[in-house]
Amino acid sequence: MLNLLVSIKQVPDTTNIRLNPETGTLIREGVPAIINPYDISALSLACQLKLTYGGWITVITMGPPQARLALKEAVEFFADRIILLSDRKFAGADTLATSYTLAQTIKFLTREKPFDLYLFGKQAIDGDTAQVGPGVATRLNIPVVTYVIKVEEINLAEKYVVLHRKTEKGIEILKAKLPLLLTCEKEVSSPPFSPFPLLLKAQKTEPQVFTADGPIEFLREKLGLKGSPTRVHRVYTPELKKSGQIMNLEEVGEEEAVKAILLLLEKRRIL
Amino acid sequence: MASKKPEVWVFIEQEEGIIHPVSFELLGIAQKLAHDLEGRVGGVLLGEEVEGLIPEVFAYGAGVVYTVRHKTLRYYRHRPYAKALAEVVRRFEPEILLLGATPLGRDLAGGVATLLETGLTADVTQLSIDPQTKNLLMTRPAYGGNLMATIICPDHRPQMATVRPRIFPMPEKINGTKGEIVEVEVELTEEEAGVERIGFIPKEKSIQLELAEVIVAGGKGMGGKEGFSKLFELARLLGGEVGASRLAVEAGWISYEHQVGQTGKTVRPKVYLAIGISGAVQHRAGMQNSDCIIAINTDPNAQIFALSDLGIIGDWRKIIPLLIERIKERKGLGRN
Ligand SMILES: Cc1cc2nc3c(=O)[nH]c(=O)nc-3n(C[C@H](O)[C@H](O)[C@H](O)COP(=O)(O)OP(=O)(O)OC[C@H]3O[C@@H](n4cnc5c(N)ncnc54)[C@H](O)[C@@H]3O)c2cc1C
Ligand SMILES: Nc1ncnc2c1ncn2[C@@H]1O[C@H](COP(=O)(O)O)[C@@H](O)[C@H]1O
Repeated sequence: MLNLLVSIKQVPDTTNIRLNPETGTLIREGVPAIINPYDISALSLACQLKLTYGGWITVITMGPPQARLALKEAVEFFADRIILLSDRKFAGADTLATSYTLAQTIKFLTREKPFDLYLFGKQAIDGDTAQVGPGVATRLNIPVVTYVIKVEEINLAEKYVVLHRKTEKGIEILKAKLPLLLTCEKEVSSPPFSPFPLLLKAQKTEPQVFTADGPIEFLREKLGLKGSPTRVHRVYTPELKKSGQIMNLEEVGEEEAVKAILLLLEKRRIL
Repeated sequence: MASKKPEVWVFIEQEEGIIHPVSFELLGIAQKLAHDLEGRVGGVLLGEEVEGLIPEVFAYGAGVVYTVRHKTLRYYRHRPYAKALAEVVRRFEPEILLLGATPLGRDLAGGVATLLETGLTADVTQLSIDPQTKNLLMTRPAYGGNLMATIICPDHRPQMATVRPRIFPMPEKINGTKGEIVEVEVELTEEEAGVERIGFIPKEKSIQLELAEVIVAGGKGMGGKEGFSKLFELARLLGGEVGASRLAVEAGWISYEHQVGQTGKTVRPKVYLAIGISGAVQHRAGMQNSDCIIAINTDPNAQIFALSDLGIIGDWRKIIPLLIERIKERKGLGRN
């Protein structure tokens, strides 16, 4: 049986982010929170593996109290146990502090029963950093394979897995030892069909909540803002810089417009 | 070691003996940063056989090259690469470490920063030195490019950042430049790599959008595949490639490989033609560093005009066919 851990993040749906044109600040009201799309793929993969090989799925997330909704949704992906890490002391974490908090949690859970596979998203769409997965693997001292697009085979007896991974030049086929952390691309799996009783169960299930005070022991100076080496120094709205020549086709005519383009192409030595 | 010159390092990304161009771009910006710190530029080369690549690293501006040569480094794997790079950093303590925000660079950076317990900023688009504190100012887009955030890493070293290809210009190559070579030994084993490559499927054809000198890009305003076939014709005549906005890709008019922007490619051609593209912030993120931008759009208020060197308010259907005809005439390809 496979023991699987999935780490998910609740993110604002950035496709719906708008700016207040007067102040340049983000309009947060009404922006729905969703499970990071790559983490949906990780959840789907966990579910697929559970149904193929038999298994047990634990899902964790670190976030504000409302992140419990993301975990409840994970139950629809056949999650067996859901855990929310929520505490003001975790807030303001950059990727280093986030990977510390998640890795400590995983080490704690491992004491009950070691995991075979850790599934993360390729990146979280609110920051696009793609650092947390490799960071957690480093802290757990296990190998990591990023940008996974397919799990071809899992051999539990011999403790290895065969994976396809996307690189800049093509697709790499890898044989990797378990335990392993992998980060998922969208195409790695698609969401399962969730039977009605499971949807009901998702509604009723509440996550276990872990705080900075227990049951896991954390070094305070490694948590949240305190544990984050990076600081935001300044935030500003990007300004559009150039103001070049603008011509209206109706006024200048087609020949003139085309001439202007040709002239620029010549100047730049394209023609 | 105490009063050593501060060093600005670039991880030189190489696969199968070919250096990724982003590493040269980073050597360019590293020279500027090193100048402001009164320090020098270092390149770090990891691999099995890398001596042949050292002259190139000097030619693009490194004053010192650190190498780790080991059989375990014969192709990229996270753990041995992360361990080797972290080890070299521990021994020589650079102020700054830059990596390309390529799939390989991003994979590596997260592990190395964790091993070193230092800060890492991803996808940086501007780098400079704060004249007062001498800290590195790392600016990146936030919230889908709607805001820019400048990040600092004041109390930890090195200050680490990944930078996407084509954000910074390629520096001049000066062949024959010499520098210091430092060979570093790091203990690595196949066992701890944990991962073994058992096959590779190369990408079929890949378009070279990032390196194109001219990009003819189309958006939702192209109206369909037929519109894009005109752009392909124009791009061929100009010796360039075709780019696209996400909406054009989502409409199925052109494949994702052509997408420019935050979730597509970053480009900096000599000339970028934006045709039927409104200029949303996510699109601009991928093309605003182009040397020259020409926009054609029916909407006089389209945002794209604000960053254009030449903007034409009008329907592309009236301009592109004529432009193609005129270029053919010049090339002696005109219809009879
Ligand atoms: C998280 C996130 C990531 C994103 N990533 C990207 C990305 O990587 N790349 C990207 O491009 N977008 C990206 N987007 C989408 C982006 O916000 C815009 O929706 C998209 O760029 C708009 O594409 P467009 O300019 O082709 O379409 P529109 O905004 O619909 O603009 C079409 C333009 O064509 C003009 N037009 C119409 N007919 C004609 C004609 N006959 N002749 C001339 N002009 C005409 C119109 O006036 C209009 O300005 C992203 C969005 C999000 C939320
Ligand atoms: N707060 C969090 N809680 C749980 N998992 C997270 C959190 N942040 C990031 N992750 C995981 O790390 C992956 C990469 O995130 P990032 O490095 O922020 O792009 C995500 O897809 C998640 O799987």
